[in-house]
Amino acid sequence: MVIDAFLLSRIQFAFTVSFHIVFPAFTIGLSAYIATLLGLWLKTGDAKFHLLARFWTKIFAVSFAMGVVSGIVLSYQFGTNWSRFSTAVGNVVGPLIGYEVLSAFFLEASFLGVMLFGWKRVPPWLHFLSAVIVAGGTALSGFWILSANSWMQYPAGHEVRDGIAYPVDWMKIVFNPTFPLRFAHMMTAAYLTTAFVVLATGARHLLAGHRTESAKTMVRMAILMIALTAPLQAVIGDFHGRDTATYQPAKLAAIEAHWDSSKPGALVLFAWPDEKAELNRFEISIPGVASLVTHGSMNALFPSLKDFKVEDRPPVLIPFFAFRAMVGIGVLMILFGWAGAWLWRKGTVFEARRWLWIAQYTWPAGFIAILAGWFVTEVGRQPWLATGIIRSADAVSPVTTLQVAISLALFVCVYSVVFTAGILLINRLIDKGPDEISGEDAPEQPSKRPLKAAQGEAAAIFGDGKPGDDKIQPAL
Amino acid sequence: MEWYLPVIWAGLIGTAVMLYVVLDGFDLGIAILFPTTKDESERDQMMNSVAPFWDGNETWLVLGGGGLWVAFPQAYAIIMPAFYIPVILMLLALIFRGVAFEFRWVAKPHHHRWDIAFWLGSTVAAFSQGLILGGLIQGVTVANGQFAGGPFDWLTPFTVMCGIGVVVGYALLGATWLIFKTEGPVAERARRQARTLLLALMGFAALVSLWTPFAHPRIAERWFTPGNLVLLWPFPALTAFCGYMVWKRLQGAHEFTPFAFTIAIFLLCFLGLSISNFPYLVPPSVTIWDAAAAPSSHVFVLIGVAFLLPMILFYTAFVYWTFRGKVRADSGYH
Repeated sequence: MVIDAFLLSRIQFAFTVSFHIVFPAFTIGLSAYIATLLGLWLKTGDAKFHLLARFWTKIFAVSFAMGVVSGIVLSYQFGTNWSRFSTAVGNVVGPLIGYEVLSAFFLEASFLGVMLFGWKRVPPWLHFLSAVIVAGGTALSGFWILSANSWMQYPAGHEVRDGIAYPVDWMKIVFNPTFPLRFAHMMTAAYLTTAFVVLATGARHLLAGHRTESAKTMVRMAILMIALTAPLQAVIGDFHGRDTATYQPAKLAAIEAHWDSSKPGALVLFAWPDEKAELNRFEISIPGVASLVTHGSMNALFPSLKDFKVEDRPPVLIPFFAFRAMVGIGVLMILFGWAGAWLWRKGTVFEARRWLWIAQYTWPAGFIAILAGWFVTEVGRQPWLATGIIRSADAVSPVTTLQVAISLALFVCVYSVVFTAGILLINRLIDKGPDEISGEDAPEQPSKRPLKAAQGEAAAIFGDGKPGDDKIQPAL
Repeated sequence: MEWYLPVIWAGLIGTAVMLYVVLDGFDLGIAILFPTTKDESERDQMMNSVAPFWDGNETWLVLGGGGLWVAFPQAYAIIMPAFYIPVILMLLALIFRGVAFEFRWVAKPHHHRWDIAFWLGSTVAAFSQGLILGGLIQGVTVANGQFAGGPFDWLTPFTVMCGIGVVVGYALLGATWLIFKTEGPVAERARRQARTLLLALMGFAALVSLWTPFAHPRIAERWFTPGNLVLLWPFPALTAFCGYMVWKRLQGAHEFTPFAFTIAIFLLCFLGLSISNFPYLVPPSVTIWDAAAAPSSHVFVLIGVAFLLPMILFYTAFVYWTFRGKVRADSGYH
């Protein structure tokens, strides 16, 4: 392996995009949750929903800021580090990104202001509408980004002349074959991930003895969400896997560490794939199951890694292990969610200390699964950047190794500082909990202090307002 | 069609960049002025005056960069590697200042470091933007449709001057915004600062106007051929007039007009630079037609722009209207 601008640019992109994806995934889910809470408050007038909406909005503000700043970095890196990619597919991918900015980014960014600061400036229905628009905007953002990414995975609706892709049919480009399920898979992942953060927060407060209605509501809502979407995600993931079998057989072969196409694919539970020797070491597997899952029959044959030239194969280790991490976490999520639902039905979920104790540590589960999933799909696309059009190695900018080394070092330093601080601050807000944080600025109380998006400390100091005090009715 | 589409797109991207410069200019500007007060409530007031808007404002930067890629992929692919270091610096700086908006409130009372991040991030971002602007004006080495210069081509006395010029200009936008949106000591101090900043900005504008035609014959030719001179003399004259108006309006009790005339100065400078360099997107070799994307790509996004841009402008206006009025020391938007 040569340390050059190409390798360092890959590391830099992987590093910055991995940091970034955590925040949009969370804010897609959280904005929908906040909109739901505000909707429930308008409908029922129950103050606990308002309390929770205020609390999560403060956390949303911090997360969204981190998502925005880390996202801008990506939109410029296509040019700074991957300029030949920008030229080769700019005619097709550029407009998709352009639509993302025009239709979604502006929408979220503008209505975010109303959502964060409009509690007393606009009527409750308009505030609710702003939250819905922000939630819709984040999802729409995901739509375009996933469309662009899916097109790179399996391009369609274009023609290539002199190494440059030209659009032919925009409908086929936007709704390219692997897009619908990849989009569904990512959106569900975002909602599921957020549900686990909400669950962990509620569980933490219950365990700490804050047996408040807001903590219980969080746990109940999260269980409902997890018990429904975790199995749904497994089904979507299964269909998405069949897409991979159809459109990206090399990726599938890497995921399954499938070396011999004369035999049906085995479900490899564990192995150490040896890419030099082209076989699996220490393999524990169940014969035929991979064929069954991806092609519907125990005896189905499908291409193995050896059917692809060495230079056309993706790396095997990362897709293989990351896929197992993702699926493993997914299975645990389903089991844990159902256990919660069962406890809830028995009426003992708030006394189930062992279940709650585990629940409080489940918040990273979704994030790890999302990162693992993206590692599978992005590494599995290699050696192509846009499959069949441009290879990653041919896409790098004419910049020096030293330049990229410096920028990578700076990114690592800055991200370590900024995102560690951000996560610690979010943790602090979560520790305080909804009752302490949101109580003090209930809607009917005129504020005596400057506005703040996150008034954690002030709430701690002033400490006015307990959940019981605010008899809030939505003024419709 | 093949001739018009790149012109339309150049106009659109020019508009996006201009809107970015004005909108993010004032909120970067208030951060540049942050160290001029130590008073906690004054800093709160300054930050509050832009807090609901900054995110929307910064989105124009994404549209400017993204739009360049959409419409002129060749230019995007040349400019970004050519300005690798200043672009990365700008992005890192924007990270610090962006998160400072939220972190500062949560970290209180231990938020001093985020005050520094807010100020330094905004200043470095503004300076980097000036470096890129200056670097584009002085020209980029291109061979075979790719950047072919060195990693530090963008670092010259001229670009450093442009960097400082942009910092000063943004600070002026920030100061006049504070006159408009705040009152009391914050607004009074901003009014005093604005005068000095205005003189400095006009100095930089004059310097660039003289330096570029001397250094680049193509720019001298554009402005000083007799036919053009007759058409173009109003631009410097209007710029000088707007500068004078800002100065006059700063004397009295006017609150909005100093900001409005400062915007006019920015608009005129931007138009002037565009006139100097048209039709080059990457001076001195790549024109907007050389760099254009496929016509089908242009049309596809243009359809979206026709519907979405008016909507964006409408709800941007709605947000500014929602948070209209003064931000006082004793009350916020809640």
